[in-house]
Amino acid sequence: MKLNELTIKEASEKLKSGEITSQELTQACLDEIEHKDKDIHAFLLVLKDEAIKSAKESDERYRNNQPLSQIDGIPVAIKDNMCMLDTKTTAGSKILENFVAPYDATVISKLKSAGAVIIGKTNLDEFAMGSSTENSAYGVTRNPHDLDRVPGGSSGGSAAAVAANMCIAALGSDTGGSIRQPASFCGITGFKPTYGAVSRYGLMAMASSLDQIGPMTKTAEDAEILFDLIKGYDEKDSTSLSFQTGGAQDLESRNLKIGIPREYFAEGLDSEVKKVIEAAIGKFKAMGAEIIDIELPNAKYALSCYYIIVPVEVASNMGRYDGIKYGFSAEGDNLLEKYINSRSEGLGAEVKRRIILGTYTSSAGYIDQYYNQAQKVRALVKQDFEEAFSKVDLILGPVMPTTAFKIGEKSDDPLKMYLSDIYTISVNLAGLPAMSVPAGNIDGLPVGLHLIGPQLSDSKILKIAQEFENNVLSS
Amino acid sequence: MAQISKTDVEHVAQLARLNLTKIEEEKFTQELGEILNYIDELNELDLTKIKSVSQISGLENIVREDKITNENNREKLLTNAPSQEKGYIKVKQVFE
Repeated sequence: MKLNELTIKEASEKLKSGEITSQELTQACLDEIEHKDKDIHAFLLVLKDEAIKSAKESDERYRNNQPLSQIDGIPVAIKDNMCMLDTKTTAGSKILENFVAPYDATVISKLKSAGAVIIGKTNLDEFAMGSSTENSAYGVTRNPHDLDRVPGGSSGGSAAAVAANMCIAALGSDTGGSIRQPASFCGITGFKPTYGAVSRYGLMAMASSLDQIGPMTKTAEDAEILFDLIKGYDEKDSTSLSFQTGGAQDLESRNLKIGIPREYFAEGLDSEVKKVIEAAIGKFKAMGAEIIDIELPNAKYALSCYYIIVPVEVASNMGRYDGIKYGFSAEGDNLLEKYINSRSEGLGAEVKRRIILGTYTSSAGYIDQYYNQAQKVRALVKQDFEEAFSKVDLILGPVMPTTAFKIGEKSDDPLKMYLSDIYTISVNLAGLPAMSVPAGNIDGLPVGLHLIGPQLSDSKILKIAQEFENNVLSS
Repeated sequence: MAQISKTDVEHVAQLARLNLTKIEEEKFTQELGEILNYIDELNELDLTKIKSVSQISGLENIVREDKITNENNREKLLTNAPSQEKGYIKVKQVFE
């Protein structure tokens, strides 16, 4: 087995025993990037020298038997919307083409203190707005399973980097499915924690009431290792939560109640994907879980609700990009013209589309009809889940209605692109933890199983996912 | 059925400090019309008795003491500014 194909768990054991060094491991990932990334284009920036330097320091710690954590010496890739000190951070946007972050995001500080080797910054849809990584100002990322297809998005670069073994693990961010959707399309594990579980400090804001950082890994066990490292209360993010993990020990699939939402298996779900998901549910049944039909009656309104709330928050958050303080700056005869020209030239089509939509739906005369209405629907979506979780421990379903689509297939039709997020967005509206776990393939293209739990059940989901994974591997 | 005119799109773009090309204007008018048409389904619902939520974790009024914790990194911040002079970010004239 090549070193870059190892999981966090495996690599960390080999580093500890002295069987391999972090330099060898890091070099194996760098070689793979050199070899594959011309075709895939998962990385916007490869931090070769910095990574080798961190690896050397890590090896020194292992030699002294003083590794800082389980991920000491492990090469990790970062979605390029998380600020990293003295490092170019673009969010996939032209308006930040020369932006060098003056500070570390909290997740980056945590990774650094744990000794992780940060190997590079990965491609994304501009400011995380998109479902295919086709909206980046720096070119599309391709799916390692089929280069004519999208890797999903917006964390498509991170997903492709993990799937192609160009790193051991990665971080992504998920506002409406941006971790789970590319994880499903690329056949890796993607975990979106409870809203507030991981600090958003240093994550470039898209829709602040929904954005959440999470791990993208090769296994559920690795997702747990990485999540445990990045989670926790942060004074710098006033929406962050302090919560106790644990309580997962008493939970096993054999006494689990699993809800299957009828709405997630209705029209629109590809029949082959449906078969893979039903087979996965069958495995849970065989493991002893009780399968219960449930209803999420307002699920069908979640998409509309999301595409009102998100653009409104986007319109507000994008206000800071004005060509004055940092980033791309265009000429103009006066201050207003400078703002307008910088934004018009620096921002891409999807960002503009959402800014205009959000400005419209929150403007005087329309705010009651759209934004205020959506805030109420959000309450209903949340309430649906609360009712469901009074009867079941976990909800299962598909992550995506199809496997990875072709590059260019949906990029001319925003509404069609939005509809591909139909199963993932309600989770963000309700702030729930959820996960995509590989469940099978259709003609070589991966299908992800969606595990959704109540708020703060993060550890439980991660444990159950591991049990499922072990069960799939052993069968 | 939601209707958004080219004039509306142009007006909203100006509010958001964006200039659209003629092509963008055409394209966005059509696309936004379709999206608005779709999201108009929310008006089917009777929501008069529902209390709206603006966040979902139940936290309220998180406050902290207003004290400086970061170091002075003025130089670093200024290096990102497209235009600067004498240690300040330079902008276009604001007052006539």
